[in-house]
Amino acid sequence: MDLRFTPEEIAFREEVRTFIQTNLPEDIRRKMVEGRRLVKDDFVRWQRILNKQGWAVPHWPQEWGGTGWTPIQQYLFLEECQKAPAPDPVPFGTQMVGPVIIAFGNEAQKKRFLPRIANIDDFWCQGFSEPGAGSDLASLKTAAKRAGDHYVVNGQKTWTTYAQYADWIFCLVRTDPAAKKQEGISFLLIDMKTPGITVRPIQTIDGGHEVNETFFDDVKVPVENRIGEENKGWHYAKFLLSNERTGIARVGISKERIRRVKELASIELDGDRPLIEDERFRVKVASVEVELKSLEMLQLRVVAARRKGDNKPDPASSILKIKGSEIQQAITELALQVVGPYALPYDPDDDPLRNEPPIGPDWANPIAPAYFNMRKVSIYGGSNEIQKNIIAKAVLGL
Amino acid sequence: MDFGLSEEQRLLKDSIERLLADRYDFEARKQFMQSAEGWSRELWQQYAGLGLLGLPFEEKHGGFGGGPVEIMIVMEAFGRALALEPFVATVLLGGGLLRRAGSDAQKAAVLPKVAGGDLLLAFAHAERQSRYDLGDVLTAAKRDGAGYVLEGAKSLVLHGDSAHQLVVSARVSGSRKDREGIGLFLVDAKAEGISRRGYRTNDGQRAAEIAFEGVKVGADAALGEPGRAFPVIERVVHETIAALAAEAVGAMTAMHEMTVDYLRTRKQFGVPIGSFQVLQHKAVDMLVAIEQARSIMFYGTMMAEEPDAETRRKALSAVKAQIGRSGHTVGQIGTQLTGGIGVTMEYKGGHYFKRLAMIDTMFGDADHHLAALARMGGLAET
Repeated sequence: MDLRFTPEEIAFREEVRTFIQTNLPEDIRRKMVEGRRLVKDDFVRWQRILNKQGWAVPHWPQEWGGTGWTPIQQYLFLEECQKAPAPDPVPFGTQMVGPVIIAFGNEAQKKRFLPRIANIDDFWCQGFSEPGAGSDLASLKTAAKRAGDHYVVNGQKTWTTYAQYADWIFCLVRTDPAAKKQEGISFLLIDMKTPGITVRPIQTIDGGHEVNETFFDDVKVPVENRIGEENKGWHYAKFLLSNERTGIARVGISKERIRRVKELASIELDGDRPLIEDERFRVKVASVEVELKSLEMLQLRVVAARRKGDNKPDPASSILKIKGSEIQQAITELALQVVGPYALPYDPDDDPLRNEPPIGPDWANPIAPAYFNMRKVSIYGGSNEIQKNIIAKAVLGL
Repeated sequence: MDFGLSEEQRLLKDSIERLLADRYDFEARKQFMQSAEGWSRELWQQYAGLGLLGLPFEEKHGGFGGGPVEIMIVMEAFGRALALEPFVATVLLGGGLLRRAGSDAQKAAVLPKVAGGDLLLAFAHAERQSRYDLGDVLTAAKRDGAGYVLEGAKSLVLHGDSAHQLVVSARVSGSRKDREGIGLFLVDAKAEGISRRGYRTNDGQRAAEIAFEGVKVGADAALGEPGRAFPVIERVVHETIAALAAEAVGAMTAMHEMTVDYLRTRKQFGVPIGSFQVLQHKAVDMLVAIEQARSIMFYGTMMAEEPDAETRRKALSAVKAQIGRSGHTVGQIGTQLTGGIGVTMEYKGGHYFKRLAMIDTMFGDADHHLAALARMGGLAET
């Protein structure tokens, strides 16, 4: 047992840190620090900087652009990116559909899609959830009927994050309506420019536009865009979802956001003294820091246990999801407390009609929206209650 | 970063777990608790035989040169068994102070006997007014020729009733809360002027109130330079907090296993109560609290050897805060889920609950350490 990083790992972390400091565009970094919304160009620019360095998809096989890093190195890289803070990779391409194509796609699909995913030449979105299929994902209804060399897709997906930016969507569709619900599903890759696809924005409680409804009306999809076998899509989806949970603790992001909360609390005055000097507030911050330290150690336990190349999900990933999301939310609540009365104005800085100075401190306006927005993290990716069901069944055998 | 055990550590873990599984079931524990001393002399000798009682000491003092990881392994096993023996008092506190502050002659005189199981120590430090402030010492050590006279009263001395020798903190200069001016003295527990009142604690262990009235000690009783003992006291307490974290994790894990077992077997309305989602989620809440505790336990083990006092102080405050919270969460939910049986003395679960609650009160509870951490500016960034 050796609970410290090796000198090589520390040197690696230094190398990554220096690269990010040198290459992360300042305008993106500022947006990240201040908690402002990123747009497509921000994600794409950063991803292409990483791709040029050969770091776009560290976890992929080297043949397809992976770095061959150990799980610890991958962890350190992710944490350094998060602490910089740099944008997290848009998950739909590099974390979700990419690994599915690598594991289950054919050679033609790999050659066609993987390099474009790594560079975000194609921006991907995810077509899993439906109005009637949330936590019970397998009850999805969007249908794909085979007609010669293509499928005809009809139905509706929802919560499609960044569909407004997307060139492609990966979808779970029902190809055998007679089979048991998990057994009649296929995994299709669909070009968003195909006639019959309509995207409608959903505005979330923070006023932002991340998610959409996506409608499919007689959309023709070539059979060659199916991953693996027909009616085996549930198997590929489960693989994808287990990958989704591994990076979900967001330790580095939470570290950076606590740093930001402390920074703001030391400039914002409460009476004659900075809020950070209020003992009750400081104790709340310390309390979250303690939980975050536990989470970081748990994450490291999971990473260290993962042998190179063995990406089997650990039952602990459900705990990482639960605590990781709770901590992220707690930090937005602390920030809300720091901004205090200036949580009140709804003052979005991406409003095209805005030409007035900010209301109150210039850092105030993203904070209340972030508090509302972050409620999503305990809901998406398998809600925290679903995670508890998983643990009760898979770990406790109840 | 490697959380795996070496071959030797694995052997240590196996041997202590096997011994406790064989000899320390709940019934046996009850017998030990009801004996006059409140723990088992026989098991103590077995621990000595396994090398546990000299674990952190140097080989030349009959020890094994073990570090925080070895202590963690042993303490987790003790937590699972709810062991009653004075390991913390003798080996970690008393032994730790001797190891870190004693002269070669003092160590050579005492530590081999401790390692052999023949000498019991206790750390007489806390006082009625001191609460969790390690620097709050009123007991006085007044110069008396070449030696000192100890005058004062020590409280909540863990296993102070059975100790052969006491490590006593006493003030040689300064006033009540000064961190400067505290000395450590190794005193025979039966020396003239010492009176002890031993008692059982709420978790089934033992402690003592100890009064010192004109207790004369020689100059050679001082551990290190009298007046400069605070850093070593704090350091040994930090090491002990890391060890208690492991004990708590062992206790929590065992209590959770019992609870889940109960949920699987207890039937109501014709089904195991573990089939109810509301109870499943409670059992998961316990597990989450345990995994948090286990994770911070590793952090404590890693930081127990940190030489920089401020960094170590922050880290161990974080550890104690998390352990305290997790302990109460696990103890309370575990008791709730086991229903009526959970609040009876005959059920082992409640004894875990009590030990966990008492561990929180030792060397600062969760709120105390959160406040301390907050005052220090929070956890250092790495």
